[in-house]
Amino acid sequence: MTISWSSLSSGKLALWLFCGLVFLFLVTPILVIIPLSFNAEPYFTFTRGMLELDSQAYSLRWYEQVIFGEQWQRAALNSLIIGVAATALATTLGTLAALGLSSPALPWRRPLTALLISPLIVPIVISAAGMFFFYSGLNLTQTYSALILSHAALGAPFVVITVTASMAGFNRELLLAAASLGAGPVRSFFKVQLPIISPGVIAGALFAFAASLDEVVVVLFMGGIEQRTIPREMWSGIREEISPAILAAATFLILVAILLLIAVELLQKRSTE
Amino acid sequence: MNTIKPSICLSETSKNALRGIFRGAFLTTLAALSATIPAGAQDHDFITVVSWGGSYARASVKAHHERFEQETGIQIKLDEYNGGLAQIRAQAETGNVSWDVVDMQAGDTLLGCDEGLLETVDEDTLPAAPDGTPAAADFLDVYDVECGAKSLVYSTVYAYHDDRFPEHKPTTMADFFDLDKFPGRRGMRRAPNANLEFALVADGVPASQVYEVLSDAEGVARALRKLDSIKDQVVWWEAGAQPPQMLADGEVVMSTAYNGRIFNAWALEGQPLTIVWDGQVQAITYQVIVAGTSKLELARQFVAFATATRSLANITRYISYGPLRHSSIALVDKHEETGVAMGPHMPNAAQNIANAVHEDPDWWADNQDEMNERFAAWLIK
Amino acid sequence: MFNKPRTTAILLALPLTAFILVTFVAPLGSMFMRSLYDPLVADIMPGTVAALAQWDGTGLPSEQVYALAARELERAREERTIGKLATRLNRDTSGLRSVITRTGRALKRKGGAPWSESLPTLHAAWGEPAIWQALARTGARVTPVYYLNAVDLTFDGSGAIVRQPEERRIYATLFIKTLRVSLTITLLCLIIGYPVAYLIAQAPPRQGRLLLVLVLVPFWTSLLVRTTSWIVLLQQQGVVNDLLVWLGLAPDDQRLTMIHNMTGTLVAMTYVLAPFMILPLYSVMRGIPAVQMQAAASLGASWPRAFYRVYLPQSLPGVGAGCLLVFILAIGYYITPALVGGQSGQLISNFIAYHIQTSLNWGLAAALGCVLFVAVLLLFLLYDRVLGIDRMRLG
Repeated sequence: MTISWSSLSSGKLALWLFCGLVFLFLVTPILVIIPLSFNAEPYFTFTRGMLELDSQAYSLRWYEQVIFGEQWQRAALNSLIIGVAATALATTLGTLAALGLSSPALPWRRPLTALLISPLIVPIVISAAGMFFFYSGLNLTQTYSALILSHAALGAPFVVITVTASMAGFNRELLLAAASLGAGPVRSFFKVQLPIISPGVIAGALFAFAASLDEVVVVLFMGGIEQRTIPREMWSGIREEISPAILAAATFLILVAILLLIAVELLQKRSTE
Repeated sequence: MNTIKPSICLSETSKNALRGIFRGAFLTTLAALSATIPAGAQDHDFITVVSWGGSYARASVKAHHERFEQETGIQIKLDEYNGGLAQIRAQAETGNVSWDVVDMQAGDTLLGCDEGLLETVDEDTLPAAPDGTPAAADFLDVYDVECGAKSLVYSTVYAYHDDRFPEHKPTTMADFFDLDKFPGRRGMRRAPNANLEFALVADGVPASQVYEVLSDAEGVARALRKLDSIKDQVVWWEAGAQPPQMLADGEVVMSTAYNGRIFNAWALEGQPLTIVWDGQVQAITYQVIVAGTSKLELARQFVAFATATRSLANITRYISYGPLRHSSIALVDKHEETGVAMGPHMPNAAQNIANAVHEDPDWWADNQDEMNERFAAWLIK
Repeated sequence: MFNKPRTTAILLALPLTAFILVTFVAPLGSMFMRSLYDPLVADIMPGTVAALAQWDGTGLPSEQVYALAARELERAREERTIGKLATRLNRDTSGLRSVITRTGRALKRKGGAPWSESLPTLHAAWGEPAIWQALARTGARVTPVYYLNAVDLTFDGSGAIVRQPEERRIYATLFIKTLRVSLTITLLCLIIGYPVAYLIAQAPPRQGRLLLVLVLVPFWTSLLVRTTSWIVLLQQQGVVNDLLVWLGLAPDDQRLTMIHNMTGTLVAMTYVLAPFMILPLYSVMRGIPAVQMQAAASLGASWPRAFYRVYLPQSLPGVGAGCLLVFILAIGYYITPALVGGQSGQLISNFIAYHIQTSLNWGLAAALGCVLFVAVLLLFLLYDRVLGIDRMRLG
């Protein structure tokens, strides 16, 4: 362990320096949003007063607008409805499919996996275009059903991937052992299998929910004024009338992201232990 | 044996799991879907009114939407768009008409009427002036259409931020295109409308001959060539609310804009913005009804209300757009919140129309789609 | 005998398979249909289109065709389908929109047999072969024209395939530009991602976990939030320009233009996609035993040499996975270029959206989408061949 390269320390320093800059690049954009959302002025720029930490330059008016504004309330409700329903659908179907895919007895496993994961890989603009043509042929654009079905299709691959991954570490002999100890199949599923794959199921559900919460192209093509979600509201905000209300909403979304991240990390920690 | 046993477990358990999970999913979906029907929509009638967003939409809400809701009990859902017929065509195409009344430009109104996208509106069914003058005589003698009720005159102008030009101020349309005298980025609407006219005026075409030149084979190319000269300095906007924002943020030093938006940023927010009226493109808007709406009668009721004398006069208390009724013009007074006299800020005020282009709806109806296409291709060249 | 595990597995996979087939594959199928099948003109003017099939395409058609056209135009006006017809024909030949709508309006009051004489009095275009050629051309229900348009080709009056007029040639350049931009972004992501993934993989577990969170926070944060923040950072009066001015690196009146152009697209997309490079790289690098490099060092290899001979080859699967993932995502990106790309930063996806939402040229949108889809499918197959799609991991 005493062996080292002569250039190591300077090389290591350069590496740390470069990576430090990259980390700065990764984190600054998220941090910069938060103070600006307290801007008292209706603009996206730091005012002199803000830099001088003048309390007059800060205000909660944009949070008021986002929390009490009918438009944003409606959008939050829509995001929740579509996200929860799509996640429920995606998680149910995805978990079952992952159980099937994990069985060595399943024929055409590789092409089937590719098919079930494809919504993740096809560029969203193509999927959204196809969905738009499909649902407009059925007169279903501007309905919640079309958005929920679409988001479920886009979210299901996450569940398939995470549950399949958690099944990979599953020792099938355990079920055999449970059976030999007299546990019925139902009992052994819930007592043995489910606890082991549940982190995968929940992580998949969280991914699917995050994907729905972040999706805007499908909503843009197919949603009507009644189905505007939070990202859809932000989209028109950025394109049409930029106000720090968008930044206040963004701050909430950052909080949601951090909560989701913590949840998934805890699940992974649990599943590896 | 060894391999079969676990799979049996799986098959039995999965059935139960399936049932349980499905029930859960179904109930959640059902609960979610039932929550989507807002309580209000079940009790009250509502119509969807589409306007141009931002301070103009807010002006309409204060001027007559609120009063309409109070007096009729009909709720108004406000949507916004940036002109054009795309959304209405798409709604007709997919059989899902969700808009009822739209605030629309003249060229689009003509086109939409021809295409059967809009309902006809008979001027005789609109309310008379307070003194009894029938609507047809009370409305200004501007461009008559079959499918809309005359509403307002507005203009597309350009404006600049005073701080960016401390000494020499731009005064003519040619100055907008002069990067040497007035360097800096410009905001322009991402559409051919008004931009082609501006380019020709800046290129020396008299305001009255703009459409003659545009109708020549070479005219449009000439306008695009003029636009080429500033193209790499242009930031393109789509919504009317953007130009005052871009000017205030310093994103551009001058920008084309709807005159009312600049007025409001100046009057309400104290932004040091100045309008240059030279070469303004003056145009009119109509209130139109989307064909195929399930709420035709409510929509007609709203259109009559929104284009009545008081409603059109009220608009001028919130934004500087000119009413198209003689009886409303007589009532134009002061800006509600700041007390600024509105007369001089109207697009058709005498001092503002010296070199005004009057938009030709026929030319735009005939050429809109082709211009959209050429403009889109020109943009990415 | 009944194969139980097999049946169970199939039954379990079936619901999602059926669901994906209906809600995902069928939509893609309907897009493919749209790109080839366009029955609009044939549906609105069935008689005229059928009669034009007998016409030799030169000179003017017979009185019978004129009479059919007049009758069907009048009916289209009554049924309010004339607008769609006019739009479709105008797409084929600019200027036909007003010919059709004006004729429709005029037919209410004027015209009568013989139609070959009265139609040209309603609009002179009816006296020229061009409009009849356009009707015959667009009357075909199955048409390759949208694919031709997607690569800047079209039919001329006689039905030969020719290049689009100069001012309409945009898509070939746009496809190339999209590929170029996606490639640039992939490279940028690799350049910033490789060292970071290396650092995280080499760090002690606790430290590594902490650094990984710095990558995961942007990964989980809403795309719109991340794009918005670049507007805040890069605009003229934005944070970066403020800093440059404050540091004296740029004069106040010459602030850098970094947004609403290609720079904006490149910076924001590299930022948004970087986690998709770092995470696969990290998961591969984590599996490379540190002891190998030490062994190489003990055998006298210099650090660059050991890295080049020992570490790099083993990290290549991660490089491949990350690059393909980023490239595939970049090639179909829409939101970020639309918000920060201005005009020069627009990619092919933005035009697909434009034709769906604004120009309503759905056939062309579908054809552009199908071309892009095939490109992605090829990459997807490559990915599967090289790395195996069933080994994909998240987080």
